[in-house]
Amino acid sequence: MELYRLGISELKELLDKKEVSPKEVLDSLFKRIDAVEDKVKAFVTVTRDKAYEMAAKNTDGVLSGIPLAIKDNICTKGIRTTCSSKILENFIPPYESTVTSRLLEAGYVLVGKTNLDEFAMGSSTENSGFFPTRNPWDLERIPGGSSGGSAAAVAADECIGALGSDTGGSIRQPASLCGVVGLKPTYGRVSRYGLVAFASSLDQIGTITKSVKDAALLMNVISGHDPLDSTSAPVAAPDFTEVLSKDIKGIKIGVPKEYFIEGMDKEVESAVKDAIKTLESLGAIPVEVSLPHTGYAIATYYILATSEASSNLARYDGVKYGFRAEGKDLIDMYMQTRAKGFGSEVKRRIMLGTYALSAGYYEAYYKKAQQVRTLIKKDFEEAFKQVDIIATPTAPEAAFRFGEKTDDPLKMYLSDIFTISVNLAGVPGISVPCGFTSNNLPVGLQLIGKHFDEATILNVAHAYEQSTEWHRRKPEL
Amino acid sequence: MKKYEAIIGLEVHAQMLTDTKIFCGCSTKFGSEPNTQTCPVCTGMPGVLPVLNRKALEFAIRTGLAMNCKIAPYSRFARKNYFYPDLPKGYQISQYELPICEHGYIEIVVDGEKKRIGITRIHMEEDAGKNIHEGDHSLVDLNRTGVPLMEIVSEPDIRSPKEAVEYMKKLRTILRYIGVCDGNMEQGSLRCDANVSVRPVGQEEFGTKVEVKNINSFKFVERALDYEIKRQIKVLEEGGTLVQETRLWDSGAGVTLSMRTKEEAHDYRYFPEPDLVPVTVDEKWTEDIRATLPELPDAKRERFISEYGLPEYDADLLTSERALADWYEEAVKSGGQPKAVSNWMMGELMRLLNEANASIEDCPVKPAQLAGMLKLIDKGTISGKIAKTVFEEMYKTGKDAETIVNEKGLVQITDENAILKTVDEVLASNPKEVERYKNGEEKLIGFFVGQVMKLTKGKANPKAVNELLRKRLKEQ
Repeated sequence: MELYRLGISELKELLDKKEVSPKEVLDSLFKRIDAVEDKVKAFVTVTRDKAYEMAAKNTDGVLSGIPLAIKDNICTKGIRTTCSSKILENFIPPYESTVTSRLLEAGYVLVGKTNLDEFAMGSSTENSGFFPTRNPWDLERIPGGSSGGSAAAVAADECIGALGSDTGGSIRQPASLCGVVGLKPTYGRVSRYGLVAFASSLDQIGTITKSVKDAALLMNVISGHDPLDSTSAPVAAPDFTEVLSKDIKGIKIGVPKEYFIEGMDKEVESAVKDAIKTLESLGAIPVEVSLPHTGYAIATYYILATSEASSNLARYDGVKYGFRAEGKDLIDMYMQTRAKGFGSEVKRRIMLGTYALSAGYYEAYYKKAQQVRTLIKKDFEEAFKQVDIIATPTAPEAAFRFGEKTDDPLKMYLSDIFTISVNLAGVPGISVPCGFTSNNLPVGLQLIGKHFDEATILNVAHAYEQSTEWHRRKPEL
Repeated sequence: MKKYEAIIGLEVHAQMLTDTKIFCGCSTKFGSEPNTQTCPVCTGMPGVLPVLNRKALEFAIRTGLAMNCKIAPYSRFARKNYFYPDLPKGYQISQYELPICEHGYIEIVVDGEKKRIGITRIHMEEDAGKNIHEGDHSLVDLNRTGVPLMEIVSEPDIRSPKEAVEYMKKLRTILRYIGVCDGNMEQGSLRCDANVSVRPVGQEEFGTKVEVKNINSFKFVERALDYEIKRQIKVLEEGGTLVQETRLWDSGAGVTLSMRTKEEAHDYRYFPEPDLVPVTVDEKWTEDIRATLPELPDAKRERFISEYGLPEYDADLLTSERALADWYEEAVKSGGQPKAVSNWMMGELMRLLNEANASIEDCPVKPAQLAGMLKLIDKGTISGKIAKTVFEEMYKTGKDAETIVNEKGLVQITDENAILKTVDEVLASNPKEVERYKNGEEKLIGFFVGQVMKLTKGKANPKAVNELLRKRLKEQ
């Protein structure tokens, strides 16, 4: 088997036993990238030279010699970090994000920075300021988003694993659409220092991998309190690999009735229901639960996320770094820079958020949305009194075609209908492959856990993965 | 003409004396090369996050306690959004709905009357940078960006420019006493904006409020407010109406100029800062901080009056600076008579410090040395007059009074025979004056004393000289 096909844990074993060298791994991987990247277009920047340099260092870290891809909204010192935006097209961070610092200590090798919807705003990677990424399962279709580059790179075996970020489903939805494993940890579990902010109270860095075990391995490296991020929780992280093989007998799985609604894609529905049956056969107990405020999640999310974004993106003003357009005076320079530097979805969200925060509207929008957010959080707290985890579809449908939803933002926003509540509540969620549509497009199962209980969803996801073959299927490229 | 009264509230920005900035580890040192005290956090790089400097929080609590505020057990930061080149993030992290301190007051004394001025709130925020305009372009210095500030907002309890000045002075004194701000208005570590309105005396409702910005020295507090109050009264007297607006004090022209009206006011779109967790302060910490507070100026002033029997004027002046008060108490502790120490400090010491443009901290004379000199006066070793010369020498050289007196032979002549000899000399060489004295011109005694003192180079004991002169004149 080609080395590029391997996941982190398999490759780690070979590297640890010195059966292969980091250089051989990279040779194999870049051969793969050279062969398929033109079709997939997962990367904004491929860091070939840097990768060989890093691989030559031979550390004894747990990820020594493991080639990973990093979403291009996570700052890497000295390596261009664009957020797939023209406004940061030439931005080279003078500092390293906490997650990549931890990966560096663990000896990882950076293969490249992956494409995303500009500033992580989107669900298809069509909003990239540079080019769209294609779904390795069907190059006519979108890979999901916003971490579409990372998900496609993992699915196309252009890297061994990847990091993404998830504000409303941006890891789980593309993982689902690309047939890989995507984990969004609890808000506060992983430091956000160095993650270019979209919506600070919702953003969370997570993993996109070829298996659940790989997710656990990466989580062991990137989790834990960071003094540079005061919203990172001072909660000790367990060894996530240790709990993977626990028996899941007796685990109660909540199935929220609000997530299985009329009009949803039949193939997705049946794949997810089959997955729940599989879990039942492994000893888990399905229980119907209710998350009554689910219907308000999208509206709530798009008020809060855009409000925060309108402020977070104010720094891109042409003064200090990034793109600057000439203007006849200061105000004109600001306007020209932002008009030319940002894409239309980013501008739409900045305007929405600015409006929601404006005097006279704040109470009706932002404040109200915060109150609803509390109710959504309570929904989960109530449900978790009865069950250990919650199972839902990750996305309402499999990968759609390019351009299918670009003219209708609302339709696009609905792609995240099953993932958004998880961010609002701050709980962890994982998407694992659970079947294919008749078009041979992957479908994902989402497992949602209690605050800081990634261990249980990883455990159940692993048990499911071990008893199915979905994650072994590879797209033909 | 109607009588008007002014309603004034002040918003004071005080730069905190922390070593590092409020949300990153950069130095807060003043006057360094532009952009040398910056990092990814304070320059607003993509992806960075603020972390609250605990010292800044402690300073805010310290200030709140010194100004009789309630310390909020739960407060939070908010973002104030606006675009400006000196604001790298496009928003200032400040506090809005839930400030750290509320409901306090300080006391001022105006024309002998004590008055309480309410403190509405004190909140923490970060300073912006500085734009430097050069010809056709501008440069931005971000050294000051992120320096911790406190905004201290008063109630509209101030009724005159004079009260405003007293309020500012008291605020500054307290801030300096508790060591949270150096109070330097000229360097911008203390800045003042004023909300001013006028109303006819007897009217309940407030008049239209005008915000006056850019008042950056004590001198201008009074002048700017004076000008603005007169301007507002004039508008009303001429039958006009005032508009709610922000005006800028132009110190060169001595006028306030309209900057923007209410319609043009910014909408700052405040919302809770999601990058910082809410600030929680437990009572124990508050009490620990309270325990480290020094004696505050009002209490010290009262004590100086009761303990040392000082007049109010002396007590006011000596407690206006903590270092001054400490110096005073040390001198008294070293044996100086309280009123004498006060007189010497307010007189000679202040004069010499002012001449040298020095502060009490740099005073070359130690408190015990002043006490030592006062003892020499008490013992009659030197006269009060000679003491002035001695003190100047002490200030110049840092030597003890006794050393100087011995080195320079300034010991007072108290030996009657020695003085008598000089007295006789003086009387012998001024026969005309002696005649006139005898004919009733008794005020000439001063002339004779002066002559004796001149001949003895001021060393003769003035009391003895006086007595001996009168005795000899009577005998003649």
